[in-house]
Amino acid sequence: MSTLTALRDVTFERNLSLRKLKGKLFEIIAFFAILLGIAMLLTLLIDVFLDGLPWISTKLITEFPSRFPDKAGLRSALQGSVWLMVLTAVMAIPIGVGAGIYLEEFAPQNRITRFIEINVANLAGVPSIIYGLLGLGLFVRQLGLGRTLIAGAMTMALLVLPIIIVTTREAIRAVPQSIRQAALALGATDWEVSRDHVLVYSAPAIMTGIILAMSRAIGETAPLITIGALTYIAFDPKGPFDIFTVLPIQIFNWVSLPNPDFHGLAAAGIIILLAVLLSMNALAIWLRNRLQIRW
Amino acid sequence: MLNKVRPLFFVLVVLGLILSACAPATTPTETTQTEKIVEKTVIQTQVVEVEKIITPTAGPVEGTILVDGSSTVAPITQAVAEEFQKVYPEVRVPVGISGTGGGFKKFCNGETDISDASRPIKPSEVELCQKNGIEYIELPVAFDGLAVMVNPSNNFAACLTVEELKKIWAPEAEGVITNWSQVREGFPNQPLTLYGAGTDSGTYDYFTAAIVGEEGSSRGDFLPSEDDNVLVQGIAGDPNALGFFGLAYYEENQDKLKLVAIDNGDGNCVLPDLTTVSQGTYQPLSRPLFIYVNRARVDQKDEISLFIDFYLKNAGQLSKEVGYIPLTDEIYQLAQKRYDNRVTGSIFEGQGSTIGVSLADLLAKE
Repeated sequence: MSTLTALRDVTFERNLSLRKLKGKLFEIIAFFAILLGIAMLLTLLIDVFLDGLPWISTKLITEFPSRFPDKAGLRSALQGSVWLMVLTAVMAIPIGVGAGIYLEEFAPQNRITRFIEINVANLAGVPSIIYGLLGLGLFVRQLGLGRTLIAGAMTMALLVLPIIIVTTREAIRAVPQSIRQAALALGATDWEVSRDHVLVYSAPAIMTGIILAMSRAIGETAPLITIGALTYIAFDPKGPFDIFTVLPIQIFNWVSLPNPDFHGLAAAGIIILLAVLLSMNALAIWLRNRLQIRW
Repeated sequence: MLNKVRPLFFVLVVLGLILSACAPATTPTETTQTEKIVEKTVIQTQVVEVEKIITPTAGPVEGTILVDGSSTVAPITQAVAEEFQKVYPEVRVPVGISGTGGGFKKFCNGETDISDASRPIKPSEVELCQKNGIEYIELPVAFDGLAVMVNPSNNFAACLTVEELKKIWAPEAEGVITNWSQVREGFPNQPLTLYGAGTDSGTYDYFTAAIVGEEGSSRGDFLPSEDDNVLVQGIAGDPNALGFFGLAYYEENQDKLKLVAIDNGDGNCVLPDLTTVSQGTYQPLSRPLFIYVNRARVDQKDEISLFIDFYLKNAGQLSKEVGYIPLTDEIYQLAQKRYDNRVTGSIFEGQGSTIGVSLADLLAKE
């Protein structure tokens, strides 16, 4: 009896150390995985900041692009980006959230719904340049909107719609069925259930999806180049029907110039773009947390 | 609690809907000017024309001049636009970059007023313009030298003949000429790697026309890039490299690259610089750059004539500033005369890239 336990203890001990080793090994691999990601990000950020910081100044925001690096700024591109974001959000959010609610709460489970679902999921993976070509053909040429902000925003809205729809659906699906049943049992209509319960519970997660979508839109370049926003613009856009340029495109333009000073300016432009992106995200996160605390 | 959140959500949604509903309706009043331009690009409306004729030229000039086209010419046009808008702040001059070919496509569709071009208009583009009833005035604005470059560690290829370059770049050379020793007897046994402007660029068109003898025809196994900075990096880091691109990019990277002199068959090795390019002794790789002006728009928009006058007066100084080589004063005057007389068509008779011609002679002939 005692020999048997001793024997078992020996194998257990041996196995235990092996198991512990395996655990340690996995931990190390996982640690390096995250280290790799962070190291990449840090390298990029440090590189950009080293190149760009000397060029950061208020001129970058107040001046139009120029052939003199020390006089050049992002004024028109920054305004273009803000205009584009606002217009895109105004179009994409109501439609995207609405579509998500319909698909999740109201749509009958049949072939057409499934067909739409598969399409939406696939659209989220379509390369952005394809949306640019669609925007060029449909909005710029067919609808005759020209190479304007509104055409750009409509293209961007199409681009981010699938993301918003998919995340809205995920968020709504996470709301427990019992909440709906409880509300229905008390005599609420489908509309009241969605409006007063489902939407409210899922709002924080929906906001996250919207943040992701808008972050993608602000950094996109390819579709806007396709619809013709690769342009030197030295005036303020006057409204949605004006021609425009955006931050990533101005950066792209500066990088391609021969004078290395413009490459420094491009790096500074990237810092500004990061700042805009992060403040947008911060705003959205603050909004989300506000909603969350209330609940 | 529920009731507190609900209104906030609703306000957001309603606000969104209101904004999206209002946006198209309220804005046209603010932006009538651009609206007009945009409409005009779609349907060439007569209304706008009538309006423009009635409007007297006196008073502050305002309007929008749409420019698009070559990325090579864009820095010059942008510099002119920058200075022009200081003098006429009410005239807006956006300068797009979609390549010489892409620019002509828009120009011949009536989408733009002025097209930047790093080579003369091609027969296919002439046809497109004709089909759409677009007449144009062709004006040279500067010279550009195409520089042939090697890595600084390359100490044997100081001068290459056009024949040798043709041997390297011809379509038949693909996969065959892969070593420097094949280029000229006496060159070391060292692999040859090639870098060049992307096949959509006017630079590529011109280089192939000048060297291979046929526009757009070359071997395919070279490293192409539309971004000349990529080519600079490539050649600077590869001791076996040979490449070509615009002289402006060499001037900013003189420490990383070595310029190759070109022998145009007469035994003289010529390096591209201000004098050799503008006097036409750097042959066949110096090319004129152009702008094309929509003839009909000149009458519709008075600001175009102001812009062109300004352009031709200042192009010499400004093109030098952004790395190009000015034309002679004589040629600028001939170009101005050509514009004043509204001479349409191409001095190259729509043949596309034409090698080794004197602009002054061609312009004087008109």
